[in-house]
Amino acid sequence: MKNIEFRTAVSAQGGLLVMGGVAGVSAGSRVSLKDHVGNLRNGLVIRSSDDAVLVEVFEGTDDFDLERTWVRFLDEPFKLPVSRDILGRVFNGAGLPRDGRPPIISGDRRDVNGEPLNPAARAYPREFIQTGISAIDGMNSLTRGQKLPIFSGGGLPHNRVAAQIVRQAKLLGDASSEFVVVFAAFGTSHADARFFQESFEESGVINKVVMFLNLADEPVIERLLTPRAALTAAEYLAYDLDYHVLVVMTDMTAYAEALREVAVLRGDVPARKGYPGYLYSDLAEIYERAGRIKNRSGSITLIPVLSMPSDDITHPIPDLTGYITEGQIVLGRELFNQGVYPPVTVLPSLSRLMKDGVGKNFTREDHPHVASQLFASYAKALEVRGLAAIIGAEELSDSDRRYLEFAQGFERRFIGQDEDEDRSVYETLNLAWDLLSMLPAESLIRVSEEELAKYHKGSA
Amino acid sequence: MGKILEINGPLVKLQLPETVIGEQVRVGRIGLVGEVIGRDGDTALAQLYEDTSGLKPGEVADGLGWPLSVELGPGLLNAIFDGVQRPLNAVREKSGDRMARGVSVPSLPRDRLWHFIPDPQRHSASHVDGGDTLGTVQETESIVHRILTPPLVHGELLDLAPEGDYTVEEVLGRVKLPDGRIEKLHMFHRWPVRIPRPFRKRDHAVKPLITGQRILDTFYPLLKGGKAAIPGPFGAGKTMLQQQIARWCNAEIVIYVGCGERGNELTDVLEFMPELKDPHTGRPLMERTLLVANTSNMPVVAREASIYVGITLAEYFRDQGYDVVMVADSTSRWAEALREVAGRLGQMPVEEGYPAYLGSRLAAFYERAGRVETLNGGHGSVTLIGAVSPPGGDFSEPVTSHTKEIIQTFWALSKELADARHYPSVDWLESFSGYVPSAAKWWAENIDPGWEAARAQALDLLAASEELQRIVNLVGVEALSSEQRWTLEAAGLIKEGLLQQSATDEVDSFSSPEKQFALLSALLEIFRHGMRLVKLGAPARRLIQMPLMAQARRWKSQHKSEDLATLKAKIARIPAEFEQIALDYEPAAPAA
Ligand SMILES: Nc1ncnc2c1ncn2[C@@H]1O[C@H](COP(=O)(O)OP(=O)(O)OP(=O)(O)O)[C@@H](O)[C@H]1O
Ligand SMILES: [Mg+2]
Repeated sequence: MKNIEFRTAVSAQGGLLVMGGVAGVSAGSRVSLKDHVGNLRNGLVIRSSDDAVLVEVFEGTDDFDLERTWVRFLDEPFKLPVSRDILGRVFNGAGLPRDGRPPIISGDRRDVNGEPLNPAARAYPREFIQTGISAIDGMNSLTRGQKLPIFSGGGLPHNRVAAQIVRQAKLLGDASSEFVVVFAAFGTSHADARFFQESFEESGVINKVVMFLNLADEPVIERLLTPRAALTAAEYLAYDLDYHVLVVMTDMTAYAEALREVAVLRGDVPARKGYPGYLYSDLAEIYERAGRIKNRSGSITLIPVLSMPSDDITHPIPDLTGYITEGQIVLGRELFNQGVYPPVTVLPSLSRLMKDGVGKNFTREDHPHVASQLFASYAKALEVRGLAAIIGAEELSDSDRRYLEFAQGFERRFIGQDEDEDRSVYETLNLAWDLLSMLPAESLIRVSEEELAKYHKGSA
Repeated sequence: MGKILEINGPLVKLQLPETVIGEQVRVGRIGLVGEVIGRDGDTALAQLYEDTSGLKPGEVADGLGWPLSVELGPGLLNAIFDGVQRPLNAVREKSGDRMARGVSVPSLPRDRLWHFIPDPQRHSASHVDGGDTLGTVQETESIVHRILTPPLVHGELLDLAPEGDYTVEEVLGRVKLPDGRIEKLHMFHRWPVRIPRPFRKRDHAVKPLITGQRILDTFYPLLKGGKAAIPGPFGAGKTMLQQQIARWCNAEIVIYVGCGERGNELTDVLEFMPELKDPHTGRPLMERTLLVANTSNMPVVAREASIYVGITLAEYFRDQGYDVVMVADSTSRWAEALREVAGRLGQMPVEEGYPAYLGSRLAAFYERAGRVETLNGGHGSVTLIGAVSPPGGDFSEPVTSHTKEIIQTFWALSKELADARHYPSVDWLESFSGYVPSAAKWWAENIDPGWEAARAQALDLLAASEELQRIVNLVGVEALSSEQRWTLEAAGLIKEGLLQQSATDEVDSFSSPEKQFALLSALLEIFRHGMRLVKLGAPARRLIQMPLMAQARRWKSQHKSEDLATLKAKIARIPAEFEQIALDYEPAAPAA
């Protein structure tokens, strides 16, 4: 069947092609099409019966001449050839070279959809990654094998933050704990892709990076493949070659929009805002590929970047992402407008794996309590700030005024830092105590009395 | 023998003339399993529990002759199954770290021997009924597995195996059915998951399920045999709360169903459960625990089934006379799986894409909770606790609103509390429990007659403080009277010293009912003493600065439940602390 060309296209619309009279086509099979000018296109069988086969065409079907479209069913899913040589290479969303160098030749070709990991095979991630960014390390720490997205908005510096994480990420006390990087961009601009490429070059990691690019002006349906191809490469690097892999993907919103576009064409019942009900499961297939496996030394740490449409965290894309990932780092416009970099809005940010990766034996014994105290004190400080806006700062009580100053210091000195400032977690914790020392010791209930005695500047 | 006509995602159209709805089918060369959900003449529509890619029209399909069923017998505890009860450890041994398709492994181990002790009441030529105990197997150190006659089998017991070691498949005995046929009994039997297991009658739920979580037990109690929901936006703490319940609750069996959630959360449970000791029996918690896992990246149809697999396992242990708790994380993912299949079937969506039968399916599922008199006259219960994951945290969406109508205890999680890392983020105003009167009886008899009044007083304080906080946010705290300021302060004390309870704090993670009440009454006592002084003219500011106020907030994490003596000693000193201050305001007592 692989070598037979069929010319039985019945209809085509917006990327979906219906083929008639082809029997025994396997579901999920890859399709190769030759259009009327002789160009090759790629597709995927999404529905198959002997009467009609529905094919999703990655490069679109708008200009199809049905009479002169030749279709071959390859009888296998989309596969990515993998070998050690992928490091340092740039591919398109479907895994073909876009750096002018020859394609990867390998007998080892992997189904880009992967297979779900047996939950009993997972190892729980526990190793603290120091990113050098206080808002992350101190309060929402990253763990090796975690999936921790950056929620952002148009114009916010998510690319710079992601690039800083990639540059600075390391395990505590383990200099050899380097990462290899898989970078996937879909629906992003050429400028954004170039920014990352240059950042990797400058920091000298470019030979340890694999890139998969499907840019804003490139075929939309190929976007559905791009993260899968990237994760297939990451799994190979992590579990076959024992690397610790950091995967950065941007922008998940472009991905979800591509999925919606196809769903509408298929006539799938929409759930919220036109997105199909299976968006959750589809995103989970991607995000859940992060992690660790028992008895394997590699790991996949996943940092997807997504821009929240109209800065709305309840929009289905960030919402469903938050329901799947192990926390989120939220960037905020307010801090950004005040010139704070990185503008991490800490209260809605969260790292679910932090509880198992910081504290005694991991970072420092006071770490979990300090983090919790910073959250509580800052939440209270923001309430006070709200009140001050109404009644005026002069009317505040003494203690409230201290909270106001705390908020200011916390935002400028703790959250704010330079783009090339790589703080150790101990610097971060000491800075936290400097700030907490602005507040009366009695009000710091989340830290222990011993910790207060040891670290609070106003005590003893 | 039939064949595949069409493949459309997880749905396949089959030519399969003889089938009935609900029948299990095996499809394609690799043998994927699924169930028939629709019929039209000679064709049937089936949903498959595994990914369908690679299937071709024309490949074989076959009906298996039974509906989706689970195996019930020794070997369940301590195990982790997927959504259709495949044992994940055994699957891993067979097919590696990834879920290969078409793997078939029996749910219960076939080669393992169990030591069976026949029930002394059973002897040959006597009558047995469905649900009768044939004998017992000590499955784990803490749990005795009662081997039951299958619910629908009754007749004359012809023979029963003597004490000895048997595999689950060996014939244990034979029953002569009323129609003369002979039924062989084994240590396990099968039961279809979509049919509730029968019982004699429903009992009233009477005892609270003690979870060790203060805001649950003291404020919004749940009974053994009750139904509860935990709705909340992402990251609010639903999973942590369910894990806390699974750890600490005083049920005898815990069934943890991970339905469409994260793989690592199950790994977490698998790693901590064996290490933790049951506070009630001192045995490793894993011995009473069983996991059903269909993670979010696993096929969606098996996700829909996983909830029913879980509840059937729960009913089976209930029928042995146990108090069982099942936590389901998350029922929203189950509802979404239902929606996805309904969509592919072309059924008319009514709200947010959900089919019209969403509400009735949810109700029928929760209806399987309850305390019952079992077929053999014993008593057992299934307590059901479902997490709900509303899109955008909006509680008016269909799954949350339907669930709210069905359950009795509603633990509403709040994003604001979670953002400030006040855990558990159970909102004390939005939550409710219909079980307070029954729970009050238990607390009065076992802990303190003052429980119900104390609880009500604390809730009043919290409600009053909400009002006061609104005023403060508008005009500042100076606008409040001293009494109002003290009320606000006392509410803060209750929030921080009682409601807030960190799962990660070794001491505070579990709070016995005695400790819960000791803290509650102590904090209320502080409030009352302070109020008396305020009424005498003491400024609230002075009281707020008492060292006691900071100290009392730390008591919860300084005193273990097993060792309340020092806490009680501190509590006994509360009046003296206020006496000191009272001297300045009380009219001088006449010299004696
Ligand atoms: N009782 C608690 N004690 C301490 N920390 C908690 C508690 N509850 C929640 N947390 C913190 O909040 C995080 C998120 O909680 P959890 O994973 O239970 O949220 P969730 O509501 O299940 O979210 P999702 O719907 O996305 O699964 C946890 O990782 C933990 O850090
Ligand atoms: Mg959860």
